[in-house]
Amino acid sequence: MARQFSNNTPWFHWQGERGENHHFLARLLHLDGQLLLGLCLLAGVGLVVLYSAGGQDMDLVLRQLVHLILGFSAMGLFAQIPPQRFERITPWVYVLGVLLLCVVLFKGDIGKGARRWLDLGVVRFQPSEIMKVAMPMTIAWLLASNPLPPRPWRLLLAAVMILLPVALIAKQPDLGTALLVSSSGIFALFLGGISWWLIGTLTTILMVFAPVAWHFLHDYQRARVMMFLNPESDPLGAGYHIIQSKIAIGSGGVYGKGLFNGTQAHLDFIPERSTDFIFAVFAEEFGLIGECFLMTLYLSIIARGLYLAAQAQGTFARLLAGSITLTFFVYVFVNLGMVSGLLPVVGVPLPLISYGGTSLVTLMAAFGILMSISTHRTQNGSG
Amino acid sequence: MIDITRVLKDPIREARILRVRAIVAFVGIVCLLLAVMVRLFYLQVMKHEHFQTLSQDNRVKIVPVPPTRGLIYDRNGVPLAENQISFSLEVIPEQVGNLTKTLDDLSKVVDLTAIDRQRFLRLVRQHRSFDPVPLRFHLSEEEVARFAVNRPRFPAVDIQARLSRSYPLGPLAAHAIGYVGRINEWELQNLDSASYAGSSHVGKTGVEHYYEELLHGKVGYEQVETNAQGRALRVLERTPPVAGDDLYLTLDVRLQAAAESALGEFNGSVVVLEPRTGAVLALVSKPGYDPNPFVNGIAPKSYQQLQQDQNRPLFNRALRGQYPPGSTVKPVVALAGLQYGLISPSKVVYCPGWYRLGGEEHKYRCWKHGGHGTVDVHRAIVESCDVFFYDLAANIGIDRLADYLTRFGFGKKTGIDISGELGGLVPTREWKRDNRNQTWYPGETIITGIGQGFMSATPLQLAYAAATIANRGQPVRPRILHAIAQPATKVLQIQDPQREDPVALDKPEYWDVVTEAMTDVVHSTTGTAKHIAPGLTYHIAGKTGTAQVFGLGQEEKYVSENIPLALRDHALFMAFAPAEAPTMALAVIAEHAGHGGSMAAPVARQVFDTYLKGSTVLPNPSTQP
Repeated sequence: MARQFSNNTPWFHWQGERGENHHFLARLLHLDGQLLLGLCLLAGVGLVVLYSAGGQDMDLVLRQLVHLILGFSAMGLFAQIPPQRFERITPWVYVLGVLLLCVVLFKGDIGKGARRWLDLGVVRFQPSEIMKVAMPMTIAWLLASNPLPPRPWRLLLAAVMILLPVALIAKQPDLGTALLVSSSGIFALFLGGISWWLIGTLTTILMVFAPVAWHFLHDYQRARVMMFLNPESDPLGAGYHIIQSKIAIGSGGVYGKGLFNGTQAHLDFIPERSTDFIFAVFAEEFGLIGECFLMTLYLSIIARGLYLAAQAQGTFARLLAGSITLTFFVYVFVNLGMVSGLLPVVGVPLPLISYGGTSLVTLMAAFGILMSISTHRTQNGSG
Repeated sequence: MIDITRVLKDPIREARILRVRAIVAFVGIVCLLLAVMVRLFYLQVMKHEHFQTLSQDNRVKIVPVPPTRGLIYDRNGVPLAENQISFSLEVIPEQVGNLTKTLDDLSKVVDLTAIDRQRFLRLVRQHRSFDPVPLRFHLSEEEVARFAVNRPRFPAVDIQARLSRSYPLGPLAAHAIGYVGRINEWELQNLDSASYAGSSHVGKTGVEHYYEELLHGKVGYEQVETNAQGRALRVLERTPPVAGDDLYLTLDVRLQAAAESALGEFNGSVVVLEPRTGAVLALVSKPGYDPNPFVNGIAPKSYQQLQQDQNRPLFNRALRGQYPPGSTVKPVVALAGLQYGLISPSKVVYCPGWYRLGGEEHKYRCWKHGGHGTVDVHRAIVESCDVFFYDLAANIGIDRLADYLTRFGFGKKTGIDISGELGGLVPTREWKRDNRNQTWYPGETIITGIGQGFMSATPLQLAYAAATIANRGQPVRPRILHAIAQPATKVLQIQDPQREDPVALDKPEYWDVVTEAMTDVVHSTTGTAKHIAPGLTYHIAGKTGTAQVFGLGQEEKYVSENIPLALRDHALFMAFAPAEAPTMALAVIAEHAGHGGSMAAPVARQVFDTYLKGSTVLPNPSTQP
């Protein structure tokens, strides 16, 4: 079957003309070939780095492989659902998400000092993960029901709808997820075309009120910010993470120390080296060259995602696809910024590289929605 | 409402809005990722060396390897201080499944007391789980063998061999050799922390302390790769330590043992020097103590016992015991009189049994109640006439007397290479004004002439004075180090004698006057040490002394039986032999023994006999490889 297409179109050239999809991946499985290739490459790199970071522990790699299978399955599953159906259920997902967040705030299980988990008897999960997907859907849905750019009162409603769950998540406290959820909402607004002067005004207000917000931060969050500003102030305590991670990156140099040769990583100097700080291991062993490759990979996925968003049918689909892609970038940027000492330490994993299941499955589900948007096309689709 | 707004929607415009925004966002993303890349470039290229160093520092720990301490031998190669292998049992807690059970099993193989167990469990809590923790020290050979057989049953337990300082001769010459002990807090702050990085012990007293630098050696280093918890993973590089130098002392343990036993029951000291070289042949301070318990920390109770012992075994009498030298200073006073022309060999003084300064009521008594009659300098030394020397001292005056005594080594440290020496005291007008805030009385000059009053000297100083007379005025600084041997080459580096400023006399025959008189102290029928003469095959030149511990009243008579032991006189004897060509000079002090001639001189005779009749040879460097 595939050979028939390959005669006149390269296999990766998913779309011959607007509205048509030639590739069987797209037509039958509703998957985007280029995006899938990027994600698979990334996952492969991730497994190799994890094998090294985990001290060549095959069990860890196998467990992550299971996470990846689950993640890619979720992606495949979500890709089959047409975007119209997502749009229909959006309000209910949002309401459910907020309710569960309320429940978790009072009844959730505590792990690592934060109340994030909800035990449903069969499975334990974090309701905030639902919000990661629900938030861009909600804002996209809100904006799509009216002409763009949105009117001020609708913006106000959007702001409230963003702030409510974000506040609930921040209260857990889970700064990283709160950041991701709020940015996914804000990106949807941005893509929806809110005026530049409003963006400017809001940014200014935010900067002014940053000191006020300082008072509402938890002590450990303040410590993280302080430590970010001056990591050397507490080299054995709070600043240890950043110092050791910078040493790992810096000592890697241009060519890196080579796979399995990272001394910082293998002698336990990098904390959380399989999870949040795995980039330090990567940077130490593969150097600047490896980082350029990884950066290109991430950038191509983002570019592809934005392209798909731009080509999507209907406002809801466009906004959702764009927001998902931009949020993916936030993951990458916040993690890299944190590990390299540009940003404070916020618990955000490096997508598809860091060890972990929960956030991976959510992320892949979001990519599934993105693929669904790009592959479910109607001839007269208005979205 | 909804329908109306739907009508107003413009799909093309909305798609364009998003497309523009997506492009803007992409440009922003590229910029931010570029910022990250710039940051990474800064860390990895511009600051690469800095972070590489930090990474290396992280990874590589420098672990000091302590050097082996140099050994100490006597002049004939008899070991005085050795490094003995001591076996200890060590357990790595993290490799042990059930600690209690392992200890129970181990106790069937080696002896484990409750104290061992308690200390071990306390140490386990203080150490990191992968560090070996000592469980038992000083395993017997039998225990080592038994454990070796059962070794496979205890994978986490191992025998560790350590070198521990030991003094095979125990108390013999302990005051000269000294001992090492664990580095204490004060030493920790004052020792060079780099060179003592791996060492746990340091010389505390005696030669061990004085020659610490030679004995200690040079610390070695291992570069060890460690992980973040500090666990050593492998050795990357090794700089081996350089063992400390072996020391050959001038001591002769046979002579040392003979001198110690010659003192018999008495507390006291014997110092034997070789006049020509200043070599210390024996250095006895009795009672002695066993230095071995001090090495790894003496039990507080034992230490308290040693400290509270009335015989003061820890007190180094040879170097720190400051006794009134008594009549042993008379040869020096005589030499001063001859040199200053105040007496001639034939000048006589009449001794009625007492001496009175002009215009004073006080009678300075001679030890001989009826007096010696007419005495010249020879007889005054032989019979130890006090009156002759009262008169002579009065004529010399304290300033010249003190100056002369100082030239023979009194009143200042001899500079011997053993730590802790004291200098004794030669009183002067200045000293009395500064220390007592009093003027000098002529009577004090009189009694200084017979070595009483404020004057005090250590046994070492007396031996030094004897050696100086034996050398006819050439003092040689006493030293106990004969040779240094580097353990690698075994080549002996012999130490040269250090000559001090000679005591010059106008007429060298004055030396003969004094030496002949001192010879007659032993060999004439009237000499104060004539009891030791029978059977002598060589000549001894000596001078007896009796140091008063407390003063008698004007008309009281000294009867030793009536006086408690602690207040009885010290018996002193300083001598050299053979008188014609001296090879030994010594000083003997027997505390509370009574008269020097009868109690201290026999000790000297035994020491001389041992040495001059035996064959003691210094190790010859040319015979060494």
